[in-house]
Amino acid sequence: MSNVSSDHWMPEQITLDRKRSRLAMRASVLQSIRGFFQEKGFLEVQTPTRTWAPAPESHIEPIPLLEGGCLITSPELHMKRLLAAGYEKIFQICTVFRRGERGHRHHPEFTLLEWYRLHSDQAALQEDCEGLLQFVCRAVHRESGWKYGGNWLDVNAPWEKWTVREAFLRYAGHDPLTQWNQDTFEEVLVQKVEPNLGFPAPCFLTHYPAFQAALAKMSAHDSSTCERFELYWAAIELANGFSELTDAMEQRRRFESVLKEREKADLPSYAMPEKFLKSLEVLKPCAGIALGVDRLVMLLADAPSLDDVVAFPPAFT
Amino acid sequence: MAVLTASDLRKGLKLEIDGEPYIIVDFEFSKPGKGQALYRCRLKNMITGSQFDRTYRSGDKFNSADLEEQEYQFLYKQDNSYHFMNTSNYEQIELSTDTVGDAVNFLTENLVVSILLFEGRPIGISLPNFVTLRVVQSDPGIKGDTAAGTTKPATLETGFVIQVPLFVEQDETLKIDTRTGTYVERVK
Repeated sequence: MSNVSSDHWMPEQITLDRKRSRLAMRASVLQSIRGFFQEKGFLEVQTPTRTWAPAPESHIEPIPLLEGGCLITSPELHMKRLLAAGYEKIFQICTVFRRGERGHRHHPEFTLLEWYRLHSDQAALQEDCEGLLQFVCRAVHRESGWKYGGNWLDVNAPWEKWTVREAFLRYAGHDPLTQWNQDTFEEVLVQKVEPNLGFPAPCFLTHYPAFQAALAKMSAHDSSTCERFELYWAAIELANGFSELTDAMEQRRRFESVLKEREKADLPSYAMPEKFLKSLEVLKPCAGIALGVDRLVMLLADAPSLDDVVAFPPAFT
Repeated sequence: MAVLTASDLRKGLKLEIDGEPYIIVDFEFSKPGKGQALYRCRLKNMITGSQFDRTYRSGDKFNSADLEEQEYQFLYKQDNSYHFMNTSNYEQIELSTDTVGDAVNFLTENLVVSILLFEGRPIGISLPNFVTLRVVQSDPGIKGDTAAGTTKPATLETGFVIQVPLFVEQDETLKIDTRTGTYVERVK
């Protein structure tokens, strides 16, 4: 009950009032994600938020801590250590931190859902994606379709699958694998390819170039691509999954090359994740995926920006 | 002139490109997958108003636009021009409706504002963060009507309409945040 005669009023009252239904949507999404994985027999885990040895990445910056170490950019390494110990199906919903990322679809701290399957590959993850999004849409009454930013979305329409090569040939007119250009790959992807992906149903972009493998396994029959895919819906990148690289030597080599690259670019360096590399020596074939929960809520709530689905969005610094 | 990097780019930032001042009117940060960050900007020439899009990447460097701000007091409006007086040398200048832009929603006589000068030419106006304005019209709020929300519209003396809490009454004076165009508090 609002008290009309009182002058006790906080300026953010208006913005927080406006967000009420979207924050309720957010709560339902989180609840239904947990419901889905529980039904599938996954174990919910929690791993550290602070780390001393993040996965070396060329284009992801951790937020350093005064007392040493940094905040995690993803719970990936810890989750794979659980897999190596024989945990077969695990998921986690946690806050991760990435320095300097701020836009309508990026926050420097955001909610990530990651799930992993032991003795499995990316095909099983793609099936999970379909099952999960259909389950969540049902839970939040979006199973019969709705409009997002003027475009019709429908989780039950057929899901398309495009290889990176096919999508570039169709929307940008060239093959990024034979005409590889590190400088323009992302620009073409963002400006020409992404805007077409995931209407009305979500779509998978598969067979990423080997240069973009990170922690993914190379394709068995084609050394120019890797077993990495992205999930897009309404032109928004929702998830990044792959069949995990389980070759400790190869992973160390990739990390070392990234660390060298970072040193050259004068970027902060962290310790090599030795415990993780050790765990790879016993890790069986497995697959894992990370999905941006805030973006999913944004789509389901027909919100133009992440700021609309987070109670207190971070400032532009 | 300060040197800026790609991570400084954001909406509202003023840059100098080829000797002309530009403001970023639309900005989108994007970062596909595990790839590098792209800073997509829509730049508006602060003099001609013409716009173009450009994508920058980490590592790119820029010069900030060399602009000067001076304090002026708003005197009066005549036809489509707004007259201001420099508070230190009493010189008067005239600004067009286009140059004044959205500031018109908050402009009352004697208000002191900053006027942006590029090589001595007025090209824009920036308001104080907060101004006080009188409510000229607002229907009484209905007590306890939480379903309809906790705000109602109110028309200010400049003609601008904002959302206010239900307890605000006609003829009251309000403190307004000019950056967001929103109600802050009542002024006694």
